[in-house]
Amino acid sequence: MALSEQSIPEAILSVENITLSFGAVRAIRDVSFDIKKGEIRAIIGPNGAGKTSMLNVINGFYHPQQGQILFRGMVRKRMRPHEAAGGGIARTFQNVALFKGMSTLDNIMTGRNLKMNKWNVSLLAAMFYYGPTQKEEILHRQFVEKIISFLEIEAIRKTPVGRLPYGLQKRVELGRALAAEPDLLLLDEPMAGMNLEEKEDMCRFILDVNAEFGTTIALIEHDMGVVMDLSDRVVVLDHGEKIADGTPAEVKANQNVIDAYLGVAH
Amino acid sequence: MLYRESGQFKTSYSADQAIFPIRQDNWAMVVFLLVAFIAVPYFGTEYFFQAIMIPVLIFALAATGLNILTGYCGQLSLGTGGFMAVGAVACYKLTTGFPEMNFVLVLLLSGIITAGVGLLFGIPSLRIKGFYLAVATLAAQFFLSWLFNKVAWFQNYTPSGTITMPPREVFGIAVTGANADAMDRYLFCLVFVLILAMAAKNLVRGPIGRSWMAIRDMDIAAELIGFRPFQTKLMAFSVSSFYVGVAGAMALSLWLGSVETAEAFDINVSFQVLFIIIIGGLGSMMGSFVGAAFIILMPIVLTNVMVGALGMQAVTAKHFEFMFFGGLIIFFLIVEPHGIARLWQIAKEKLRIWPFPH
Ligand SMILES: Nc1ncnc2c1ncn2[C@@H]1O[C@H](COP(=O)(O)OP(=O)(O)OP(=O)(O)O)[C@@H](O)[C@H]1O
Ligand SMILES: [Mg+2]
Repeated sequence: MALSEQSIPEAILSVENITLSFGAVRAIRDVSFDIKKGEIRAIIGPNGAGKTSMLNVINGFYHPQQGQILFRGMVRKRMRPHEAAGGGIARTFQNVALFKGMSTLDNIMTGRNLKMNKWNVSLLAAMFYYGPTQKEEILHRQFVEKIISFLEIEAIRKTPVGRLPYGLQKRVELGRALAAEPDLLLLDEPMAGMNLEEKEDMCRFILDVNAEFGTTIALIEHDMGVVMDLSDRVVVLDHGEKIADGTPAEVKANQNVIDAYLGVAH
Repeated sequence: MLYRESGQFKTSYSADQAIFPIRQDNWAMVVFLLVAFIAVPYFGTEYFFQAIMIPVLIFALAATGLNILTGYCGQLSLGTGGFMAVGAVACYKLTTGFPEMNFVLVLLLSGIITAGVGLLFGIPSLRIKGFYLAVATLAAQFFLSWLFNKVAWFQNYTPSGTITMPPREVFGIAVTGANADAMDRYLFCLVFVLILAMAAKNLVRGPIGRSWMAIRDMDIAAELIGFRPFQTKLMAFSVSSFYVGVAGAMALSLWLGSVETAEAFDINVSFQVLFIIIIGGLGSMMGSFVGAAFIILMPIVLTNVMVGALGMQAVTAKHFEFMFFGGLIIFFLIVEPHGIARLWQIAKEKLRIWPFPH
């Protein structure tokens, strides 16, 4: 695990007293937790607990009614999604959200868009192509090729992603997120709908990303085995409220968590 | 050597990112250029240039513009005719207002003016999508037609309401006006359209094209990875309108010579250009050209066959033409929305693994 015992890493992100409602539905109620630099932080909970909503709040897609978020020590109340992306937050989606008509390569290249030199890819330069734009394209293509071989998807480089099986689509989506070289990577059920073998591959990629690039990861996952194996710390949500927070072992032994998962009446 | 992608290994990323990665496509391009620049001028007649080649090139350019907006960025527009009218009127006002201005500059400025108007009409795309946006662009079509018809300033107060392109020269050769030779007009169109089409191809294969396609395929995800939907769409609206505007300016100056704006660029033109990209292929540059050639040539061929060879009445033949056309559009919409270009793509994929498909 990336966390070393002697130094206590600072929080890259803290979520403070977040409340989010959709009309009468209170999706998140007064939830606070933090994510420390370099850790793998799991967010778990039964269906409809508010996990996806939490990720949407973190990357600026939903605006909470109450509470605030500290990202790299800076307070932000309202943030636009592209600002979050510019700040180094990337994510994957529960239902794959790839650009279906584009190839694997092009999908991952889109992840580089914020890393490109604005002038080299401006309208006139891009119309002419040869020169700055081509230089820029090749530079980023080299980076993207590293991701492609890291994720072992060389064979589907030129395939339109709409034609790929689900497991590979999830992998391409991870590639697109990695292309942004994020500081914080949000993964919404990256292993849902996969068979055992695909799950093992995905676990390996997540651990490697964390270890090799030092990327902080927030992970939503239903498979408890995976959560126990991968994560440094776990936060548990139920009906929009935080019911536990701690190491996998602590959380597993927590009576609230056991009740929530076994469906004890509230 | 077979025409296929297999067995031709790329050793650099720049080779892999080339416009025509398959060797034979390069040869096809060379043949195309030889035919277009040498064979066509050598064998072509006045009728051939005026009724076929020039309109094909101009409609291909307009279709390239619409393809950028609709095929690549996913924003449906039914206002193409209106924006061609903007280009034509801009061209007329610029040539008559500034007689000294270079004709190439006039064409480019007409495009830029149309880009500005397109940008304006693109603003609603922030809020409305799909069907409703199409209706908004339809409103633009009718508004622009009405404007150019109603306000006499746009026609320099001519009583007939038609606008007529004065004669202009490029490199000492007349390209507009009654005395301009059809072949010279064709060659000018060819060079101009090829350069602009090349620029469009460069745009769509690079970062800007990816931003458009990202918005088209999944706008929410596009925003979450850092694209700005509004700016991206507006860029597509203005670049698209630039191409459509230049096509309109060329239609007036190099093809028709004299038009009644509201009539020449009416709603039918909007649909015609839309059909070109549906038949040719949404999101394919080559498709814009193939579709334009198809839509200009097909009525001519059909008329020749039905009236000339089968001895049908011209009116009856026209009815059959409409039916054939309608059937074709429905076929492509249902069976192959990516048009002829996609059929070609499928053939290429089959060839890659031929003769052992498994
Ligand atoms: N855009 C929205 N509009 C209205 N209600 C919403 C919206 N998004 C989420 N909700 C509601 O908020 C609650 C939490 O949903 P959320 O998707 O965050 O749950 P989740 O923990 O991700 O569940 P799952 O495990 O099924 O993915 C649910 O009751 C859901 O119906
Ligand atoms: Mg969810």
